[in-house]
Amino acid sequence: MSLTNTSNTLNLKQQQTLYWLEIKTELLKTFREPSFVIPSLSFAVMFYAFFALIFNQNPEMPAYLLATYAVFGIIGPALFSFGVGVAIERQQGWIALKQISPMPISAYFTAKVAASMVFACIILLMMCTLASLFGGVKMSLGQWALTFLIPLIACIPFCVIGLYLGLVLSANAAPAVVNLIYLPMAFLSGLWIPISVMPAFMEWIAWTLPAFHVAQLTLAVQGSDLGYPWWAHAGILVLTTVIFAVLARRAFQRMAI
Amino acid sequence: MQKQAQVLIETRQLSKSFEGEQAVNKVDLSIRAGEIVALLGANGAGKTTLINMLLGRLKPDSGSIEVAGFAPGTYQAKQLIGAILQSTKLPDNLTVAEQIRLFLSYYANPYDYDELVDIAKLSTILNKRFKQLSGGQKQRVFFALAICGQPKVAFLDEPTVGLDAESRREFWACIRRLAANGTSVLLTTHYMAEAEALADRVYLLKHGEMIHEGSPDSLVNALGAKTIRFKSATSISHFEKMTAILSADMIDGYIQLSSANVVQSLREILNVSDINELTVYQKTLEDAFLALTGESHELLKDVKKKESKKLSKEKAA
Repeated sequence: MSLTNTSNTLNLKQQQTLYWLEIKTELLKTFREPSFVIPSLSFAVMFYAFFALIFNQNPEMPAYLLATYAVFGIIGPALFSFGVGVAIERQQGWIALKQISPMPISAYFTAKVAASMVFACIILLMMCTLASLFGGVKMSLGQWALTFLIPLIACIPFCVIGLYLGLVLSANAAPAVVNLIYLPMAFLSGLWIPISVMPAFMEWIAWTLPAFHVAQLTLAVQGSDLGYPWWAHAGILVLTTVIFAVLARRAFQRMAI
Repeated sequence: MQKQAQVLIETRQLSKSFEGEQAVNKVDLSIRAGEIVALLGANGAGKTTLINMLLGRLKPDSGSIEVAGFAPGTYQAKQLIGAILQSTKLPDNLTVAEQIRLFLSYYANPYDYDELVDIAKLSTILNKRFKQLSGGQKQRVFFALAICGQPKVAFLDEPTVGLDAESRREFWACIRRLAANGTSVLLTTHYMAEAEALADRVYLLKHGEMIHEGSPDSLVNALGAKTIRFKSATSISHFEKMTAILSADMIDGYIQLSSANVVQSLREILNVSDINELTVYQKTLEDAFLALTGESHELLKDVKKKESKKLSKEKAA
């Protein structure tokens, strides 16, 4: 026995170690899976290179699409690592083992969010580099920073949605359902084609989708948004996060067996 | 082990039903520090339901539970409990050392890393990934994860299923060492030899009810008879009429008699001229289990067949 902790609660140092190890283990687990890492990292970046840089017909396209593809890029890993990852770990019984251990649920969630954000950072860095080197995108330092930070923070609502899906879907169903949400949502939120060139009623659909709101916030940095107040978008995103967090919490507690 | 050791697992009149079907019915359980107790019962007898309630994964309909002085499922209880669950897998691409270090960090008073590695005999596989491990090695990793927090109470749900004889013996040594340190161990098993070798006491569940509690010997003695087996051309009904004979069966060409008085029965049997291949044996825990639960030999054979298949698959892989 090397420790002299006499109570049954962790001291601060032990808690730090726990969170650090949880994050480290999650990152090791994820990045040792090249068949997940490489497609996840390159999917959105490749799309951006094709549609914004190679087939670019409009000088404003690289900047506009940087904002929307950045959003597209961060949603993928967040939805997949939670939606599919959690469903698989649930099926394996790995989560059950953690549930009966004194692991705080927040550590599990924090570690997965951290892994999603590492993915997001890499994707955003690649896109920003491409945009500035080959797309001729010119923005102020503040604009670059916001174009990077808004999608990065916006990982969180998608992580929570993914967590809920992962807790209620089977491991077999999860990849299909997540794709069925991810790709149509990207299209309907105007991530590939601007909402403004779609029929008017499409905007009504877009308002129900979180990806639309993140895209509008990111586009606002360049003044290319539809012009609604930022707090309306942010408010809806916060609300979505809270709703799915409550749903996920209930699913987690009900998941005893 | 002292008789007056502290009671660490206690349930009173514990009941749970699923959709009207009684899975666990008014079960009283009491296990002291350092005791190894085997929970026996056929498939569907309620063993796993009972363990899940003790772990706090299921809420009982009625009755009370206390584990290591706390209500199951609370943070305080989790700090003092370790468990091996059935059919669990770990992520394929983490090493044994990484898994162990992570789980050690969950506990306020964990084992020292090196000590844990030594207890669970993991030193040669620390850098292997989960998918590279054999069945026995995997179970030892699960054992290590279960005891990370130096638990006062360990629940082991079929911990040696699918292991070969040697791995099983190694595993038993780990469990004995755990109990010797004062941990209460409650394990379920399909192997009566395991219960006989390990358990200080056995509980026998049938259709959710506790139908027997005592030492493994007491369970055998509950049958109160020895078996005499031989070949003979004489009709079975002749032997059945003998005074001390409780039952007579014809099994695989052998006449098998259950006798309450072996010496007397043998005298009478040997008076018959054509007795061959005679053996007398004490009933085993397996006989007792089958007799008390009313399960057929076939069912147990089925379970074993499945497991030996599993084993050969694992060996092939």
